[in-house]
Parts: sequence; C-alpha cells; structure tokens
Amino acid sequence: MSETPDPAGAPETTAAPAEARAAAPGAIQRRLGGSPVVVKLDRFEGPLDLLLHLIRRDEVDIYDIPISHITQQYLAYLDLMRAFDLDVAGEFLLMAATLMRIKAKMLLPAPPTGEEEEEGDPREELVQRLIEYRQFKEAAGTLKLREEERRLLYERGMLPSDEDTGPLPLAPASLFDLLDAFNRVIARIPEAVVYEVRAEVYDVEEKMALIASQAAELGTISFAGLLARCRARLEMVVTFIALLELIKLGQVTVIQDGRFGDIQILHRRSEGSETHAPVKS
Amino acid sequence: MPPSNLRSALEALLFSSDEPIPLSLLAESLDTAAERVAEALLAIEADYRARGAGVSVREMAGGHLLVTTPDHAEWVGRLMRGRKRVRLSRAALETMAIVAYKQPVTKVEIESIRGVDSSAVLATLLERNLVTIRGRSKVVGRPLLYGTTADFLDYFGLKDLTELPRPEELRALVAAREPEQLDMIDLRVSGDVATDMPGGTDLPPGPEPGRPAEEEAVNEAFSETAKTASEIS
Repeated sequence: MSETPDPAGAPETTAAPAEARAAAPGAIQRRLGGSPVVVKLDRFEGPLDLLLHLIRRDEVDIYDIPISHITQQYLAYLDLMRAFDLDVAGEFLLMAATLMRIKAKMLLPAPPTGEEEEEGDPREELVQRLIEYRQFKEAAGTLKLREEERRLLYERGMLPSDEDTGPLPLAPASLFDLLDAFNRVIARIPEAVVYEVRAEVYDVEEKMALIASQAAELGTISFAGLLARCRARLEMVVTFIALLELIKLGQVTVIQDGRFGDIQILHRRSEGSETHAPVKS
Repeated sequence: MPPSNLRSALEALLFSSDEPIPLSLLAESLDTAAERVAEALLAIEADYRARGAGVSVREMAGGHLLVTTPDHAEWVGRLMRGRKRVRLSRAALETMAIVAYKQPVTKVEIESIRGVDSSAVLATLLERNLVTIRGRSKVVGRPLLYGTTADFLDYFGLKDLTELPRPEELRALVAAREPEQLDMIDLRVSGDVATDMPGGTDLPPGPEPGRPAEEEAVNEAFSETAKTASEIS
C-alpha cells in the first residue's frame, strides 16, 4: 500500500461550514494550562473512512483484514475521540458493533455441516462496503480536481460579493491524522505526578461540637491550647466563632486566672442554674 | 437572415452571456445552421489560442461559455480580491460523487454508502443547485430521488456526465494507489453513467437495493454482538 496521500482525502483544504456543522460535530475543547484552547475540526468522516484510514496506516490487506487488530485500533480511536469530548456519532458505535460481531463470528468454530446456511467469510460484506466507499472517495477526488480546474476559469459577471469569502488554504489533514499526531505527542510526554492541594474547609458547627465534646470530656480546656492546634488562620477564626457561639448558648463558659493569664474553657452542664462563671471546683 | 460576419456575431453572443449557451440556441439566434455555428466556434477558439488571448471558449454543461484562461486566474483572482465561491467540503464532494454515479438515488442509499448521515450535505447541495429532486422512489415511504443539475456540470466544468471518469477508470485510479489489490476490486458503481442525464422526473425508479434490510439485520445483531463482544474482548 502506498503512502502517497490519496487525492480523495487530500483536497481537504477547505471547509464549507454548513455541511461541516451537520456532518461533523467535531469540536474539541480542552483546558490546558488554565487558558481554554478550542480546536474546531470542521471535517468529520464516517466509520468507513476511519476504517480505510486504519487499513492504510497499518498497511493491511483490505481483502484479508486482521479483524482483531483492526477492531482494537478502531475502538482505541473511539476512546481517543471520547477523550476529546468528541461526540462519537451513532454510526461509529454501529460499526464498532459490526466489527465485534465479525470478530465473534470468526472466533466461533464453524457450525457442523448440514446447516443450510452456508455463510462465507463474515468480513465479506464489510469489505464490499469499504471498497465501494473507497471508489466514491476516488470519484470525489476527481471531482475535486475538476472543481479546482474550473475555479481558474472566470466567466462574465462574477462580481465579487461580500458574503463569499473564500476559506483559507489549509494543509490537507484529516481528523484522524490529527488524532494520530496527538497520540504521538502524548506518548512522548512522561506523565507528571500531580498532587492536588486543597484548602481545608472549616465549619463552625463542627468546631462547636468538637469544643463542646472536649470540654465535656476533660472538664476544662485551655484556650491557648485550643488555638495552638489550629493549622490555619482561618481555622483559628472559625474556632473562635464556635467558642463564642458555645458561650452564647451557655454550653461552655470561660474563666481567666489573672490578667493576661491563660483562658480556660469550662464545660457547663446544661441543667446547671448558674449563669455566671462558675467557681472553679 | 444570418449575420454578415458570423464569427464576430457569434463572439458577441458569447460575450453577452454569463452561462453556457446551447449550440441550438446560438444557431437559432444567428439564423444559421448548427454545423456552421460549430465551425465558427472552433475558428474563434483557434484564433484566441493563436494570438494568446486572455479568454477562451469552453464547452460545458451542454453549451459554450466564454471564460478567462487559467493563465490569468491569478490576476482575475486579485481583481476579485480573493472572494470566490466557497469550495465544496469533502463530505459534499463524496455525496456529489455518489449522486452523479448512482442517480436517481435516495438519501438512504447515499447514507448506506457513506456510512454517515447525509441530510445536511444534501441540503447544501440542493441549495447550491448542484443536486435536484428527480421524483420519488416507488419503495415504501416513497423517498425522494436525487440527481445532478446543469449547474453541477458547470461547477465542475464538465460537458456532460460522460466526462466523469468511468467506473473502470476509477477502479484503475484506486488500483494505481494500491496495486496489490488490483485483481479483486469489484466495482459496484453503476455502469450507466454514460447515458448522460436521464431527463424528466418520470424515470422508472431503479430497484432499491436491499440496504434497509441489511441495516435491520445489523441492528438486530447489535445487542447480541455487544454481549458476545464483552465476553470475548
């Protein structure tokens, strides 16, 4: 199989947005390094085109397709397309099912003779479809050449109109060439180990429960000690608010040994009648 | 009464039109026999060629059209400041090819060959008047039949449909690309391209290929296959 680009595939230098939108829901959106990179793929070929691409790329005989290999490659492509958030059209899934059915048929032992259903090679129909499609691709290629030739001839009255802006000439590459290229680049780059650091979330109610249970358990806890266990300024703030809340609710009370002395947090029995700082027991 | 100077009168007619003029119309307008007009056309073209003129007479879409020569495409293009008709997309070209070779053809047939939904592409081709509705098939649902137009021939600079590469030529093109597969290629493209554009919408609709049935079978097989495949792969 030659590596020469196929003219049917090659004249992909242009995009007709109207068709492309319908035939090609191929917009890739990825977020890389913070800034959004939007890659628009205007052309999206069908499953047969993908198969032809794989057959050509892997230089396999179209009449003796190694179905297991091709199925694997095909499914890998579908995964890649999904990874790109490409809308994998139903036609592609149908073809995947067809490939797997053929693979299954080829793996299963042939039914004992006597069955009137003398089926040929299970690949037969697919091969015929591929060949037929390939011929129309070829025909499309010749039409493309005619189109280019004709575009060099101007008849009268071809006034420039504002809405007809010709598309930019782009390098001929199919969606799958692009995915291939992406695969190669990705394979080159070692996978970086990324640690994600997350800010801890502090919750006033949680802190209240914690302080109350500690106070109940120990009878008294040190204010300084409580804050010393905090790992972040925000946690201190939340802890402090929780403490204030507990005091307001009357679940704890605070006492101070002396001026600038450490503040102790005392548990208050809920049924306790005292409303002021209790006497240290 | 025919013009005293046929050649220059013919040139005037060609100049006046921005679309191909059928020989019969030229002959009628010039009150001259078609053969003589044809001779004059050749003479004009020979003259243009001999003196390296900037225009030439081209035969396309069943008529003759005065166009600029390819050599000057760049300059004319600059005059037009790059504004040209949008080229057809790959999908559109594929669909166009299928319609051209298989006409009259239904959307289902087109889609079974391409393997993808082709509604939007067909709509574009209809909008650009490269494809037209040729009637309805007689199969269930009476789907529309599509065929090519005169604009199609004009757009691709074809005299008529016979100018398209014949199926065996296509086969040779494919084979040239992949020589080892030469022997087995079985061309399904219908061989009646050479019959030119069959006229009218009252064409006898060709027998619908058994595609829908095949598709059904595939659909049926789908659920089965999914199960089997998960066990196997």
